[in-house]
Amino acid sequence: MSPAFEFDGREVEARDGQTIAGALIASGRASWRTAAGAERGVFCGIGICQDCIVTVNGAAGVRACLRTACEGDVVTPEER
Amino acid sequence: MSDRHVIVLGAGPAGLAAASGALAEGARVTLLDDGDRLGGQYWRHHERLTDPRLQHGWAAFLALRDALAAACESGRATVLQRAAVWRIDGEARRVHALVGTADAPGRRRVEIAGDAIVLATGAHDRALPLPGWTLPGVITAGAAQALAKRDGVVVGRRTLVAGAGPFLLPVAQSLAIAGGEVAAVLEASRMPALAAGWLARPWELLGAAGKAGELAEYAASLARHRTPYRTGHGVVRILGDRRVEGAVIARLDAQWRPMAGTEREVACDAVALGHGFMPRIDAALQVGCAVTDAAPGAPRFVVVDAMQRTSVDGVLAAGEITGIGGADAALAEGDLAGRTAAGAAEASLRRAVRRRDATDAFARRLEDAHGMRDGWRTWLEDDTLVCRCESVDAGTIARAAGSASRAMRLATRAGLGACQGRTCGAAVEALCGERLGLDRRPLLAPMRLSELADARDAPGDLPSHV
Repeated sequence: MSPAFEFDGREVEARDGQTIAGALIASGRASWRTAAGAERGVFCGIGICQDCIVTVNGAAGVRACLRTACEGDVVTPEER
Repeated sequence: MSDRHVIVLGAGPAGLAAASGALAEGARVTLLDDGDRLGGQYWRHHERLTDPRLQHGWAAFLALRDALAAACESGRATVLQRAAVWRIDGEARRVHALVGTADAPGRRRVEIAGDAIVLATGAHDRALPLPGWTLPGVITAGAAQALAKRDGVVVGRRTLVAGAGPFLLPVAQSLAIAGGEVAAVLEASRMPALAAGWLARPWELLGAAGKAGELAEYAASLARHRTPYRTGHGVVRILGDRRVEGAVIARLDAQWRPMAGTEREVACDAVALGHGFMPRIDAALQVGCAVTDAAPGAPRFVVVDAMQRTSVDGVLAAGEITGIGGADAALAEGDLAGRTAAGAAEASLRRAVRRRDATDAFARRLEDAHGMRDGWRTWLEDDTLVCRCESVDAGTIARAAGSASRAMRLATRAGLGACQGRTCGAAVEALCGERLGLDRRPLLAPMRLSELADARDAPGDLPSHV
């Protein structure tokens, strides 16, 4: 089963069990957040650095490298 | 049999071994871990996404996991996964956690009290700042490993792996297996340090015989993929506009300073950096455990006695927080800590002590061979971001470091962002030349304000500031 979620208005497919970060990388994206105008993506990959955070279903500050993607999740990029 | 209740924090090799040791001595065990699955970083996996070739010592993991599952069946063990431990009261040996989907609102509040706590919180990668390290496509060596193992993905087509220590080798192997190309593996330490660390005491290899086999396997993997392995080399600048487009590498001297005239460009679209590990000691510090003394920016470890007891009564520690020694050491330390926590008599634990002692030397040799040298500071330029969260550059930190006031240094906000200094704190302290206490955290895990407000009616002294 490959759940699909929405990222920034586009559909992204996640291989079953992939994290949001894993699915975004698999879809060819390297970055999905901006910090002081510069792009950021995943850095530590294990929930330490907070670089990969996204908003999921309206809740901000979700570490994409820890959160398993679920069918129908609405994921939006964050800016700081 | 023991009637004690042992709480274990962390489900990596040390935590799993601690749970197993405590159960073997008859104690009741509650294991808390923030991951979706047991195994920690070392055995990070996913049933359908992990290539089995990426795992080492997997049979040991399965044995520990199955024994724990059996103990859960019989009611002697409880495992709480996806548990973010945010506060520990050491005196009452009480642990506060939020349990549920990572960073989701509405997680369940849990509070557990026990007779002893085993801290097995592990370590995370240390990546040193350098020009271009915030570009998308630059990840830690641990991230490369985690993404390959957990998600079956690689960040770039061609990754340059750079840093220090034997961990770079399994990372390169994982990248190759997960479908990436490895441009090169750059080891900052030079041959003399490596030789002194690894060959000066060859008898210690007997204790780490498993390691020798593992290293040989990595060497074979590098050779098979024709991946260059260069000692005394480092990446000193990462190139690109919106993502990694290449990297400049250089020969490094014994202090890790780039040698003039040796810089050259390497084609790559990803860089994996791993300059060693930082032990995750914030839980131990919150509880009040004594830690080792070290220069600003150098890792501090939890002090334990011969039985893995910390300075706080009823609190024990095992694994990377007591010294970076790898999985074999973590397993031996965890087993001993768990048994001690369960109340086993010292005299009955001679075998467990001997097993732990045999792995001790490995940690020391790692540090001798690959320990960080100060020359990394010369990689920085004024506008190189050091604090990734708050986008504070090296020049700003250098100017603040010159001021007499500690408040002035903290006013840069370096180390005070979302990651709470976990990523840059050691570098900031090294650049300021003093400890700023960035690893003393009132909250051990990120929480929503609403979750904190809910928790305020919980017993125990809660932090007055967040």
